[in-house]
Amino acid sequence: MYRVAESEELADRIFLQWIQAPHVARNARAGQFLIVRIDDHGERVPLTISAVDGDLVRIVFMAVGKTTRQLSTLRRGDSVRDVVGPLGRPSDIRRYGTVAVVGGGAGIASTPIIARAAAEAGNHVIGIIGARNAGLLILEEEMRGICDELHVATDDGSRGRHGFAADVLKDVMARQKIDCAWVIGPAIMMKVTSEATRRAGVRTFVSLNPIMVDGTGMCGSCRVTVGGLTRFACVDGPEFDAHLVNFDLLMQRQRTYPEEERLSLERYQEHTCRCQEGDHRG
Amino acid sequence: MADRTPGARIHDFAEVDSGLTPEEAITEAERCLSCKKPACVQGCPVEIDIPAFLSSVAVGDFLAAARTIRENNLLPAICGRVCPQEVQCEGECILGGKETPVRIGELERFVADYERGQGMAVPEVAGPTWKRVAVVGSGPAGLTAAAELARLGHEVTVYESLHEPGGVLVYGIPEFRLPKEIVRAEIDLLREMGVKILTDQLAGASITVPELLEYDAVFIGTGAGLPYFMGIPGEQLPGVYSANEFLTRVNLMHADRFPEYDTPVRHAARVVVAGGGNVAMDAARVARRLGARVSLVYRRREEDLPARRAEVVRAREEGVEFVLCANPVRVLGDQSVTGVECQRMEMCELDLSGRPEPAPVPGSFFVIDADMFIEAIGQGPNPLLIRKLEGITYGRRGNIEVDDEGRSPLPRVYAAGDVATGAATVILAMGGAKKAARAIDRMLRDTDPEQA
Repeated sequence: MYRVAESEELADRIFLQWIQAPHVARNARAGQFLIVRIDDHGERVPLTISAVDGDLVRIVFMAVGKTTRQLSTLRRGDSVRDVVGPLGRPSDIRRYGTVAVVGGGAGIASTPIIARAAAEAGNHVIGIIGARNAGLLILEEEMRGICDELHVATDDGSRGRHGFAADVLKDVMARQKIDCAWVIGPAIMMKVTSEATRRAGVRTFVSLNPIMVDGTGMCGSCRVTVGGLTRFACVDGPEFDAHLVNFDLLMQRQRTYPEEERLSLERYQEHTCRCQEGDHRG
Repeated sequence: MADRTPGARIHDFAEVDSGLTPEEAITEAERCLSCKKPACVQGCPVEIDIPAFLSSVAVGDFLAAARTIRENNLLPAICGRVCPQEVQCEGECILGGKETPVRIGELERFVADYERGQGMAVPEVAGPTWKRVAVVGSGPAGLTAAAELARLGHEVTVYESLHEPGGVLVYGIPEFRLPKEIVRAEIDLLREMGVKILTDQLAGASITVPELLEYDAVFIGTGAGLPYFMGIPGEQLPGVYSANEFLTRVNLMHADRFPEYDTPVRHAARVVVAGGGNVAMDAARVARRLGARVSLVYRRREEDLPARRAEVVRAREEGVEFVLCANPVRVLGDQSVTGVECQRMEMCELDLSGRPEPAPVPGSFFVIDADMFIEAIGQGPNPLLIRKLEGITYGRRGNIEVDDEGRSPLPRVYAAGDVATGAATVILAMGGAKKAARAIDRMLRDTDPEQA
């Protein structure tokens, strides 16, 4: 069992938790992920390691499906059955020169740890974070503290620039030379944004989030096509050269279980409603 | 102990049969001729004294039989169920010439089940040597090495990356072939012997290689968990699974009981499985139990199927359709699998394994309608840990190269099982692990100045 040390709703349906998992924390590096299983009936869910502090690892997730909703109900002092990690290869952090770290939506969660590692390696770090609206923008202050400069964009213009993170990146690339970029967010955002860096000739990493089971190379569920080759995101990734990734196949495989995901969530919601009614009567 | 009818079997995950009754066991054991030079023993990878255990069964002393088996095999309830006896002990049995061989496998299972029913005695553990050994992986090789090393008095810590120990015994082999309760009983016994089993620990990550090397010895039994894919078009479509993924979802994560358990597996009406080994049979039979019509496509002939004979027979009884001398060449579908295009194969000259080399027949394509395609064409060693071990040398299939006693070129690091041999059987993994454990023991005692 692994104790939840802190739980906080950062924005509408986006949660931040610190979990005590010393075996993960002590060797975790930027770009790696962990797998959580909440209880004996739970599924194994991969989540990026967003920060590390002593024995604690931080995860940030959007409560959309059954498991993430259940996870979001855990409070300080609760615990999860399993935490496995650190998994995957760390980010390829080097002294590139000027580095852009771009996060979209809940993908912003993955950016501080990479930005910090890039800064510590001596890079000039430009952070770009974007969300649908100001209420969904997370970790802005933290990123501002790490990055040499930080740009903010919202789809509706309620904070920062009106537009997508990709638009900001394009402007930045037009103004100055970017030596390397990380782009992390929903698959469609990574696809669009890395098209821009491809045209600009900027080396780009993306962190892929396909469906996984074991997360250790054993099942092949997370296979992705990179440069025409089949690679496993769990052990060969999760970060890959953005310009070699087939995002359409990734998105197709992410939609393997739409019916099951809906069913699982409905069943969970019915169950939690009944429990709450029970609470009122009690 | 007749098999349950296939019609009943395909609706649940209970075992195919309940094993021999004591009377049946005695009658069967009495058939043994007690050969002077028992060929069956030579056919056994761990050299169980088979005539001795059979003679104990014949006189009804089942616990004595269990003790005899356990001298050489620490996991008899498992081996009795999953060993390919027809090419091992039973294949060598002299009675096989004119009638049928003694059913040694079923007798081993009977004895082990009887012993478990009586409450298993914790094996005696030697006085502590104060030597610490790390065992990586808790499959057949890791469990065997851990048991043997613990028995010899060493302090053993097992690192398992999954949330449940047992390796392929829990994620790969389905419940109807190997009830998980049996695996758990063996693991409980190990714990009682003082073995520490840590789950959720990925060696090479949760514990680093330098940390592992702080142990007095390291045994690597990480198996062959990396599934191969055929590399054919359409393989990325939703509905295409490696057998490892399909079996892990059902066996380990209980997807057959979704949504009570959170992990799903796709519902399929029509499944094609590619491959002819035990893993392919397991996948096909699990898919049957989930309610699908199943076709198993294998590129060679019936007699070349590498699976255990009994599994082929049972798969067929359960309604798995065998499409032999054929090979999938393309998965059809736009958003999801709709069919599998196959090509007929003709048998050419014998290859190194003594089986005919299959060659595609030009133009002979045909389509099997399917909404799920499962590839069971083999697995290789998982490189996750071993690529971090500097000084290790690799064989042709990415396996760790070791000598006859499991020694790797890296001092104090040993390996056995599929990670050393490439994908093979449970019993070979156990045989190798036992040899390696004994070599580790000798090495630890030699390096201890007080005992030298």
